[in-house]
Amino acid sequence: MSIKLNLAAGLLLTALGVSAASAQTLVYCSEGSPEGFDPALYTAGTTFDASSHPIYDHLTEFKVGTTEVIPGLAESWDVSEDGKTITFKLRQGVKFHANDLFTPTRDFNADDVIFSFDRQGNSENPYNQVSGGTWEYYSGMSMPDLVESIEKVDDYTVVFHLTRPEAPFIANMAMDFASIVSKEYADAMLEAGTPEMLNQKPIGTGPFALQAYQKDAVIRYLRHDGYWGDKAKVQSLIFAITPDASVRYQKVQAGECHVMAYPNPADVQAMKDAEDIVVMEQEGLNVGYLAYNTKVAPYDNPKVRKALNMAIDKQAIIDVVFQGSGQIAKNPLPPTMWSYNEAVQDDAHDPEAAKAMLAEEGIDGLDMKIWAMPVQRPYNPNARRMAELMQEDLSKVGVNVEIVSYEWGEYLDRSKAEDRDGAVLLGWTGDNGDPDNFLAVLLGCDGVGASNRAQWCHKPFDDLIQQAKVLPTQAERAPLYEQAQVIFKEQAPWATIAHSVVYMTMRPEVEGYVVHPLGGHIFNQVGLSQ
Amino acid sequence: MLNYILSRLLTFVPTFIGVTIISFGFIRVLPGDPIVVMAGERGLSAERYEQLSAQFGFDRPIYVQFWDYLSGVIQGDLGNSFVTKRPVWDEFFALFPATLELSICAMIFALALGLPAGVIAAVNRGKLFDRALMSTALVGYSMPIFWWALLLIIVFSGNLGWTPVSGRIDLLYYFPDPSGFMLYDSIFSGQTGAFRSALRHLVLPTVVLGTIPLAVIARQTRSAMLEVLGEDYIRTARAKGLSAGRINGIHALRNALIPVITVIGLSVGTLLAGAILTETIFSWPGIGKWMVDSIFRRDYPVVQGGLLLIAVMVMIVNLTVDMLYGIINPKIRKR
Repeated sequence: MSIKLNLAAGLLLTALGVSAASAQTLVYCSEGSPEGFDPALYTAGTTFDASSHPIYDHLTEFKVGTTEVIPGLAESWDVSEDGKTITFKLRQGVKFHANDLFTPTRDFNADDVIFSFDRQGNSENPYNQVSGGTWEYYSGMSMPDLVESIEKVDDYTVVFHLTRPEAPFIANMAMDFASIVSKEYADAMLEAGTPEMLNQKPIGTGPFALQAYQKDAVIRYLRHDGYWGDKAKVQSLIFAITPDASVRYQKVQAGECHVMAYPNPADVQAMKDAEDIVVMEQEGLNVGYLAYNTKVAPYDNPKVRKALNMAIDKQAIIDVVFQGSGQIAKNPLPPTMWSYNEAVQDDAHDPEAAKAMLAEEGIDGLDMKIWAMPVQRPYNPNARRMAELMQEDLSKVGVNVEIVSYEWGEYLDRSKAEDRDGAVLLGWTGDNGDPDNFLAVLLGCDGVGASNRAQWCHKPFDDLIQQAKVLPTQAERAPLYEQAQVIFKEQAPWATIAHSVVYMTMRPEVEGYVVHPLGGHIFNQVGLSQ
Repeated sequence: MLNYILSRLLTFVPTFIGVTIISFGFIRVLPGDPIVVMAGERGLSAERYEQLSAQFGFDRPIYVQFWDYLSGVIQGDLGNSFVTKRPVWDEFFALFPATLELSICAMIFALALGLPAGVIAAVNRGKLFDRALMSTALVGYSMPIFWWALLLIIVFSGNLGWTPVSGRIDLLYYFPDPSGFMLYDSIFSGQTGAFRSALRHLVLPTVVLGTIPLAVIARQTRSAMLEVLGEDYIRTARAKGLSAGRINGIHALRNALIPVITVIGLSVGTLLAGAILTETIFSWPGIGKWMVDSIFRRDYPVVQGGLLLIAVMVMIVNLTVDMLYGIINPKIRKR
């Protein structure tokens, strides 16, 4: 048969059922390819979904659906009096996966833990330069300054010596970069001259083992039957890589996938109305903001900043820019974060009062620049449109706004400058579910000239977050963060704009899916009804 | 003929050097620093920046970087992707079969329908069929690919359920060591139904990608045929009493094919450009999407290596087209 005839035959063939899989196979329509399978090398959520969550375990874990930290490969831990020595007791009898290159001869132990971190922090480690390792997250979380040494006490006890007390450290150990890899596998691959296999054919201890990956097409996992914890509910897990959101939805409708992430906001209402589609939603662990440059007049005056905030109609932004898939932000922390201060009152949208306040401060006919990001982010799906809405709002109080933008790399770089002209639209997505990860990174004095785009160094605020960082328990830290949010609101270094709302779309036969506030898509305990 | 091919091959050399320089320069002319883009909102310290800059070799003078790239290219090493850390060469050849398979199918589809349509339209010039066909071709040519693809998916996959929504084969089928050509893999896998599944997955992407070339080929065939049909030798053939089929099919079409083949050669560029959108919508794991993603991420090795390889492919196609001219028209190869 000629190819032409075959094509014609293909056109004529009508379909049988399109369902791709049995009840033992869960198909997730993911939005893109992972960069690789060694989470420590990367920073993208898409990569972590495909690597850190199914394949690996961590010393501590985030309980799925919360930011609470629970034991993982470490059964327990002990923090010394001065907060600088942390002792982890490791779980025994934990099995690694096997693949066509490697069969483990021993269980997980302290050597694996030490190797997993040493390769990231020690430039002498043979794996430090493998795969062009830049270990962005490890250095991004200040681990090189923080970790003085890691000591093996016995096969199942590891001690981390820190240079300073740091309460979020336990949560950091649950992060994706802290995935525990097999030292035995690493050694074997080094000897075989193929160390990059650690990244391409991963071996972990997690509930699923990688079976095969075809770039931009499909990732296949099989259940790890030797898993130490609750075993996966399905025999195999498939990621069908589907970059276009409309196509993902079509695939869920056609039964080609069970679950999809990131629907088009415009489709969400239709999904909610459809009978055979389930939509779950939750606020994302993120915040979108407009950061004034508090070092440049007149934005060095909190009253001016407050007045500008009052001029902005946030509800209009939620309706137009987020098309409903967002929520007004009043605090710099997202509402799913512990210590979120519910009592803080947002600035009312009141152009008249704003105008009067500006007049009081002697401001008449202000020219201002607003920087609009050139990229889409969950916390800001359309910065240009957002800036235009602000431009219109501010014109009503006599502020003349010019919108500027740069290529993304330039934008990130130039917006750091302490003498920057204009207010910047930007945002942040949380890493470890710790308030410090928002308040210290984005608003602390150390971040001025870098991640603190407001260039805002306010001693009473900074003292609170520095103090909270070294206290041992959440109960002790939370009141300080709550107080810090009150100061933030009074001082108004930002206009807090929005938190995104995250949607997950799935078929009704999917059981046990939980939306995770830290943003990962986790299928370890997801099953399918018959 | 051999001299002709050799002379064509010689023109490869300057073109290749030009492409190497352009592919190296193009991505570096764009604003945006790959290290800053990589760090994202998190940002990084000045020391860390220096360190990474040295690791990627950006701290060296640009001509040294170019020399490194060029000597790599000559030795067949295109470097590693900044993002995935894998060799560009491996990534390209893992993805290229998918693009090639789809492009070939789209071209066959365009030729199989476009050539006869053009000939029939020319023979029936000015009649209803001609007008209907040419208006349809204009619509096909102007159709936004994105919209056309979604429309087909909604109708044929969503409403009618005749074709799968996206992908290359049903997820039930799994080939441990794929060649990358799904039709080939599915035949030799011995798994029943695999080939049929692969074909069904090809239908919509083929139609979408083939639509613009189909319209161009139909219009080009028609106008080339009209020109030839007015020639003296056609009148002579008619006067000799040859059948219409013989005149149109052999005397006219063969001579009308030269401009058509030119268009086919040029369509390779169109196919690759169309592949970017088609591949994105149909989740087709080819090089189109790979290149676009790399440009956004300022992944220098992938962009420059990918551009170079694509340029070489286009050069090979053009050479093939030139050789076809020679076969169809002996006058050309003697020049």
